[in-house]
Amino acid sequence: MAVLNRRAHGLLRQRNNCGANMAPVARSAAARHGMWRHEHHAQRQKQPPCHAFGDRPALPGDRAPWPLSSPMHPSARIARRPVDKVMAESRAASFTKRSLKSHTKSSGLRMAISMVDLTTLEGKDTPEKVRSLCRKAALPGDGMAGLDDLPPVAAVCVYPALAATARKQLDAYGDRGRAVKVAAVATGFPSGQFPIKVRLDDTRRALDAGADEIDMVISRGSFLAGDTAKVFDEIAAVSELCRGPARPRPGAGAGPGPGAGASGASGTPTAARAHLKVILETGELETLDNVRLASDLAMAAMSSTGLTREPGAGFIKTSTGKVEPAATMPVTLVMLEAIRDHYHATGELIGMKPAGGIRTAKQSLHYLAMVKETLGTLESGAWMNPSLFRFGASALLNDLLRQILWLKNGRYSARYDFAEA
Amino acid sequence: MATRSTRSTKPSRPAPRTSGGRETGGGRATGKIVAAANGHAGSAKPAPKFKHAETGTLEGVWDYAPAPETVKVKIDAQYGHYIDGRFRPASKGGTFVTINPATEQPLAKLALGTAEDVDAAVASAQRALPAWSALPASERGKLLFRIARRIQERARELAVLETIDGGKPIKESRDVDIPLAAQHFFYHAGWADKLQYVFPGRTPRPVGVCGQIIPWNFPLLMAAWKLAPALACGNTCVLKPAETTSLTALRLAEIFDECGLPPGVVNIVTGAGETGAAIVNHPGINKIAFTGSTEVGKKIAMAVAATDKKLTLELGGKSANIVFDDASIDQAVEGIIEGIYFNQGHVCCAGSRLFVQEGIAAEVTRKLKVRLASLRVGDPLDKNTDVGAINSREQLSKIEGYLRIGQSEGATLCQAGRSPLPKTGYYCQPCFFTGVQPSHTIAREEIFGPVLAVMTFRTPEEALLRANNSPYGLAAGVWTDKGSKILEMARKLEAGVVWLNTYNKFDAASPFGGFKESGFGREGGVAGLRSYVEL
Repeated sequence: MAVLNRRAHGLLRQRNNCGANMAPVARSAAARHGMWRHEHHAQRQKQPPCHAFGDRPALPGDRAPWPLSSPMHPSARIARRPVDKVMAESRAASFTKRSLKSHTKSSGLRMAISMVDLTTLEGKDTPEKVRSLCRKAALPGDGMAGLDDLPPVAAVCVYPALAATARKQLDAYGDRGRAVKVAAVATGFPSGQFPIKVRLDDTRRALDAGADEIDMVISRGSFLAGDTAKVFDEIAAVSELCRGPARPRPGAGAGPGPGAGASGASGTPTAARAHLKVILETGELETLDNVRLASDLAMAAMSSTGLTREPGAGFIKTSTGKVEPAATMPVTLVMLEAIRDHYHATGELIGMKPAGGIRTAKQSLHYLAMVKETLGTLESGAWMNPSLFRFGASALLNDLLRQILWLKNGRYSARYDFAEA
Repeated sequence: MATRSTRSTKPSRPAPRTSGGRETGGGRATGKIVAAANGHAGSAKPAPKFKHAETGTLEGVWDYAPAPETVKVKIDAQYGHYIDGRFRPASKGGTFVTINPATEQPLAKLALGTAEDVDAAVASAQRALPAWSALPASERGKLLFRIARRIQERARELAVLETIDGGKPIKESRDVDIPLAAQHFFYHAGWADKLQYVFPGRTPRPVGVCGQIIPWNFPLLMAAWKLAPALACGNTCVLKPAETTSLTALRLAEIFDECGLPPGVVNIVTGAGETGAAIVNHPGINKIAFTGSTEVGKKIAMAVAATDKKLTLELGGKSANIVFDDASIDQAVEGIIEGIYFNQGHVCCAGSRLFVQEGIAAEVTRKLKVRLASLRVGDPLDKNTDVGAINSREQLSKIEGYLRIGQSEGATLCQAGRSPLPKTGYYCQPCFFTGVQPSHTIAREEIFGPVLAVMTFRTPEEALLRANNSPYGLAAGVWTDKGSKILEMARKLEAGVVWLNTYNKFDAASPFGGFKESGFGREGGVAGLRSYVEL
């Protein structure tokens, strides 16, 4: 008859997460003779091999290693839409065949300048580097002849520690500088491999430093492991920080409660505290199916907090610029199509920002053609505007200036004729 | 060649519309865009109004400036036939005029081929046959390589000429027609001295004199599809191009001259239906190859039935494009557009019937309308034009007739594009019909224009039943992300060419041809060589 001690008796009732019984096997004293004491504990009931652990028996405290998204989570309701890579690439290539001449080209180049997010995101960034970037941002024309009527860029994009410096420097350039936004990358840019508390704290500090826009990174590890719920929740959390507290409607008696979201019932949204851009890091997601799913997740998450009721308060962005490939035309096309579907489903206008890899003015014009032909029929072409479309770039700006001067003079300027930011 | 811009004045911004038809639920924002200072180009943008996608237009949204092709092509006032290596005028048949369908201006006078002209051409081909087929096969191959290379060197001129004569957009002539024509000559040049590997154990010999009648939708490309395999196999040819588009075939004759093709190996006789009939009925012809309408193809088959002439026919089609609900929908919409509006729908294998799974029918229809609004219809010589001019007044009347029939039978016409059509020239706004029943005329007869008939289905079996329910069987397209389903559909569709998650992809190595009333025989690839040899 088996003699079981009290601990073993308790274990009889227990099963670990893999469903295996945990009670030790009763062995005769004679069989245990010669074993060390700790080996007695090891004489358990033979556990069935658990596939999760590579056929070793399950031990107490084991949990199934794969995070599982609950089917009740809102992220599970997002339809997985396949994307055909060959057709997407050929459609993206068709925009490069557009012949953009004369007034189309000149107005396109100016529009592209107004859409640039001038970026410096290096470990060796210093306040002086950011100051020279801000000068370039507010006055892209450098004061060169023929370039004096250019718009300022849309934003400068820096690390949070330098956001305050950027804001101060931009304000020194008057109206032009004040129109340029400061975008801070937050949430553990670029990898995002930090606990959520750290990432949210990073975001709060960036907001406190005066950032107008936050560029967050999603957790690609969770995404590729299938934990879309976690990705959704993290984006929603950052999105709530950016949305800020609900402000009471002016002149309202009993206004909505503090958690009621940023929109009044009249339909005019109150402004979010900061705009949010969600970086999907498409180079690490690799497939277009993943890009589409990540885009849909990000938009659903931002939308669930009410941030995106204000047009242009939410963006989806391709890359951090630290991973190759960064932005490509097929990836951008898929994201624009996702934005279009979201618009048809909800009426919300979400922006798009391809970042990294766009170095020439010609490329930027191809992207503008793509935005026009994908989203141009909606809202009278609202996306052809910096409030809904940006270029994350640094080298692009000088090539835009070069092409504008060429249109005016008929001659190409030298590389060194334009100040480096 | 004067090019016309499609808009003489700056387009006015469309009047703001109310969002009638769209419900405005609580909380749905139609608020103003937060615009950055100095927007773009210094122009003040009015607050954008909500525009329903169905009526949205791209006018005023960063318009594309005209981008006309600047190369001018020399066209003679008059052309004759190309017989025995020389251009010679019409004997007694008179002349006819070929026009530019985009401007309705005459381009040149061409000779109307009579029975005597055809006689002379066939006799010349018969005289040239012994020497040509006795030439070492590698020499024939060398000449074909030279022709292919010369086509590439003169590609721009040929593309502009093709556009001017036929009305197709310069973007298509430049990127599809001319490169594929050159590819056909390159491909068959390679086969010329390797025919014993195509038919192992047999000694292939030339068929003899081939009479070839080609259509107006891909003038140069059809000429290449006919001539290249025939010449590679040692045959000599008498070619009759379509009467509305003969200029590029005659330019090809100049290229043959330049490359030193022996006189009489290729003879070109211009003319209309009677000239073609003369070729078909001529006793000296050993093989007929015809691409054109099913109606004429049947007449040719009847005429040839009592003779020992070999025959291949590439006839019409009413090809089905099938979109399942697990397809990549945005990309499928691209493929649908490619399938029916490419070359203004003047394609025998155009995907002119759309079968969309019922659950996604509304979404696909909506996306088709949005996509149609970004198709640019206009001057074919503008590099940004997507849909050019209809080839002739007769064809335009036929298409418009079908549009009236479709509406009278109860289908709903959707013409979402709003770009204004040019005032002269033959243009048709690309459109599609919804509410189409399989028994409607527009679902059964080939329209040969930019008109799509949209129908629905529920299951793969039903899709097959409806797709195969047609006297035609030229091509089909299947759109789904599921591999097993797509391959099974391909196997069961009665179509000579099945495109999976794509459409209108051609290659010289890929055999093209139909089932049922779309004809018989193949062109391209190994299968295409069979009809040009005697085994």
